[in-house]
Amino acid sequence: MSLVDRVRALLGSDAVDLAATPDGVPRVAPASPDAVALLLGTAREEGWRLRVEGAGTWLPADAPADLALTTRRLDKIPAIEPQDLSATAEAGIGCDVLRQQLADRGTWLALDPPGLAGRTLGSVVATASSGPLRQGFGPVRDHLLGVTFVTGDGRVVQSGGKVVKNVAGYDLTKLEAGGFGAFGVIVLVHLRLRALPRADQTLVLEGTREDLTQVAEDIAAAGLQPAALELMSPALARRERWALAVRFAGSAALVAADEAGLRAATGGRFTALRADEAHGCWMRAAESFATRPVTFRVGGLPDSSDELLDLLQHQVGDEWVSASPGVGAIRWGGETTVDRLRRLRRTLAGLEVPLTVERAAWPLRAAVGHFGAYREGAGPLIAGLRRTFDPGEAFVVAVEGTE
Amino acid sequence: MTPPSPSQSDSLVDALAGIVGARHVRTALPERMTYARDGLPTHRRVPGVVVLPGQRDEVIAVVRLLATLGVPLVPRGAGTGLSGGALADGDAVLIVLTRLNRILKIDPRNRLAVVEPGVVNVRLSAAAAPHGLHYTPDPSSQTACTIGGNVAENSGGPHCLKYGVTANHVLALEVVLADGRAVELGSPGGEPWGPDLVGLFVGSEGNFGIATRITVRLLPVPRAIRTQLADFDSLRTAGEAVSAVIASGIVPAALEMMDQSCIRAVEDSVYAAGYPRDAAAVLLVELDGGSDAAVEADAATVAEILRSHGARAVRTAADAAERERLWLGRKKAFGAMGRLSRDLVVQDAVVPRSALPDVLETIGEIAARYGLTVSNVFHAGDGNLHPNISFDGRVPGLKARVDAASGEIMTACIAAGGTITGEHGVGLDKLRYMPLIFDGDSLAAMRAVRRVWDPEERVNPGKVVPIHACREWYGSRNAERGTRNGFAPSGSAFRVSRSAFAP
Repeated sequence: MSLVDRVRALLGSDAVDLAATPDGVPRVAPASPDAVALLLGTAREEGWRLRVEGAGTWLPADAPADLALTTRRLDKIPAIEPQDLSATAEAGIGCDVLRQQLADRGTWLALDPPGLAGRTLGSVVATASSGPLRQGFGPVRDHLLGVTFVTGDGRVVQSGGKVVKNVAGYDLTKLEAGGFGAFGVIVLVHLRLRALPRADQTLVLEGTREDLTQVAEDIAAAGLQPAALELMSPALARRERWALAVRFAGSAALVAADEAGLRAATGGRFTALRADEAHGCWMRAAESFATRPVTFRVGGLPDSSDELLDLLQHQVGDEWVSASPGVGAIRWGGETTVDRLRRLRRTLAGLEVPLTVERAAWPLRAAVGHFGAYREGAGPLIAGLRRTFDPGEAFVVAVEGTE
Repeated sequence: MTPPSPSQSDSLVDALAGIVGARHVRTALPERMTYARDGLPTHRRVPGVVVLPGQRDEVIAVVRLLATLGVPLVPRGAGTGLSGGALADGDAVLIVLTRLNRILKIDPRNRLAVVEPGVVNVRLSAAAAPHGLHYTPDPSSQTACTIGGNVAENSGGPHCLKYGVTANHVLALEVVLADGRAVELGSPGGEPWGPDLVGLFVGSEGNFGIATRITVRLLPVPRAIRTQLADFDSLRTAGEAVSAVIASGIVPAALEMMDQSCIRAVEDSVYAAGYPRDAAAVLLVELDGGSDAAVEADAATVAEILRSHGARAVRTAADAAERERLWLGRKKAFGAMGRLSRDLVVQDAVVPRSALPDVLETIGEIAARYGLTVSNVFHAGDGNLHPNISFDGRVPGLKARVDAASGEIMTACIAAGGTITGEHGVGLDKLRYMPLIFDGDSLAAMRAVRRVWDPEERVNPGKVVPIHACREWYGSRNAERGTRNGFAPSGSAFRVSRSAFAP
């Protein structure tokens, strides 16, 4: 029996799409977590290699594999609990659909990941790709109450739960958030929500990068705690010069006070955006990173942001850059080569700054790896964790690269 | 297990003394007895040897020695834990980390600090205060508990409602693994090098190794604070008011509840805070932020929500002294409850916030059925309950009733969609409840992860994962080993298996 026939026998004919992928890899869309487990259990027995896909809008669907497992049919939202500010959603739900349904119930997932609006929740969790809101609400992991995932040999594992505090057992959710799918297929996510902010105001200032970096420092020194404080390159901001965008979200009183504080700290130089302008500003910036061939992030210290931006400009250019100087995180998009990325990563490693490749075509991912080399001593741990959750090496994920 | 000859035990003690100095190795029974409990009175273990390293290199050398000999080890901070997590059996060496108590660095510009594991929680905030910064996770034991212990347990505290638990504040770690290798995890900026091993390590209850250097995030001390006390005629009304505040979109820094039994215990103690003794429940609500006007406006909104949801009165602390008094009553409530009876079990469970009213009533029914006094003081904003059972352990049969009632409380919380621990950890105390919330595969996955860090399961053995409930996992070995829940007799001599010294 052929591989496709075997999968059809397991999951039904409608779960398999033969012609969908550009490289001709059969695409399988299990409709339940149990179906994912069944497929992966069989993959382990048969030695099949799988790549995991979401909506196909972020990571290119080009990893060499016997099968492509897409989470697209895992698109249900089993629970939204406004009173508890929590929700449970399947991994294949599009972020745009989820966001709308949450808003309809007066709640908000305070994440603004890069990519198109329809990017799946599972993709955001697996790549731990947070956006400018990380300044005020933390990285992806801070929004997760728990996950259910399926290992490479078809076991369904639960971690965490639905409540906002939970220390029962080891926190395997942390391993799945940002594991790039190397430790399992995320099928269900329990989310920490916030009430929709009563007020949400974005203000923008244009200027030179140096000037805006200083303004960002002034904002931090003034004790303001914006939801987002993002320095964007001119191309990304679609402006003549660099832009510093500040977002305040919360009660009307809080936002009014913060806005007044911002004007006091910076001499009233910022321009307030209308709601539609603000939405467009943040959405365009997020979507831009899905249109560049390569996207990576680096995580430095707040006081190293300027130095890191100089380094990026020097080594790979700075046309498409978004930086959160308050937390030291920088996202870069553009065209580059394996050699340049390796050189940059080595330079950054010397500065104790990790570089994570978020999206790129398979040849570059395979060569450079999402993570590259690990620090001394961590490699055996990560290798052991991969063996634990994917004993047959079913998942095709370019974790380390080949250097 | 075959008892070793005295010379074998002596050789280990001598080797430990050679590393840390003889005065930092405790072998006499009365000395070891002082480490036989943590903050939970229902568990007791007497460690075989207690060793107190004073330097990171000494920790490494001790762990390497124990790895060579195959001797189990248990890391321990200040011993304030509430799950029996830092107790060691007679065949294990207890490594007490309180001498590693240096604050290595405070970096105000990047708002971070690097500390050793034995630094007492509140000391870090005191050291950061001149820079206008503080360390926000604030367990009730913060004047005694250590940051290393907080990392092991992923500790919470009242102000975690707004600012998150320990895991949200740890950026990087140096950890010593079971074989004595030191590994650096994470980066000072918080972005991991690869998978998030810092996140995985925090809350692993000492099973993955010993954190010897901890980089944490500091936050600005809020410029404006309002602390309110609201009192209610019934627990249910107070619980409903909590949900209303949370749903309003305003996130208080803290939202704590105390029931009447707790209120009276506090008011009868030296920590009397002026809580109304006739109230069925009080809520302590704190709002903070960078702007006085904004915090004042949010406080007014919250006060109105509380009143419209049944608060008899809402009082705002007039000054810092009154605020401190209100908080002292809350933070010392566990101590005040010591007045109620000889023993106290502090339970820890979490339920969805909307389930609080029903679950509080159920807990009251369980207490009445078992004839026990249960006092509730807890993090209401998080749904993190602490039902405290007061009892006299000398009364025959009473401890069994306390255990049974605790089990029913846990079952009720799980049935409401909750979990068995929000901040105290599983340790020994909650092992039996783990199969109620995790299936055999999920427990087996946890055990398999633990074995990646500690293949021999020698670090803090017998905690967190009930091995008997784990399904078989690929590559698992020693699946036949049971949990080590036997009660070690207090007079046990130090025991090391003979094989540990075999060539």
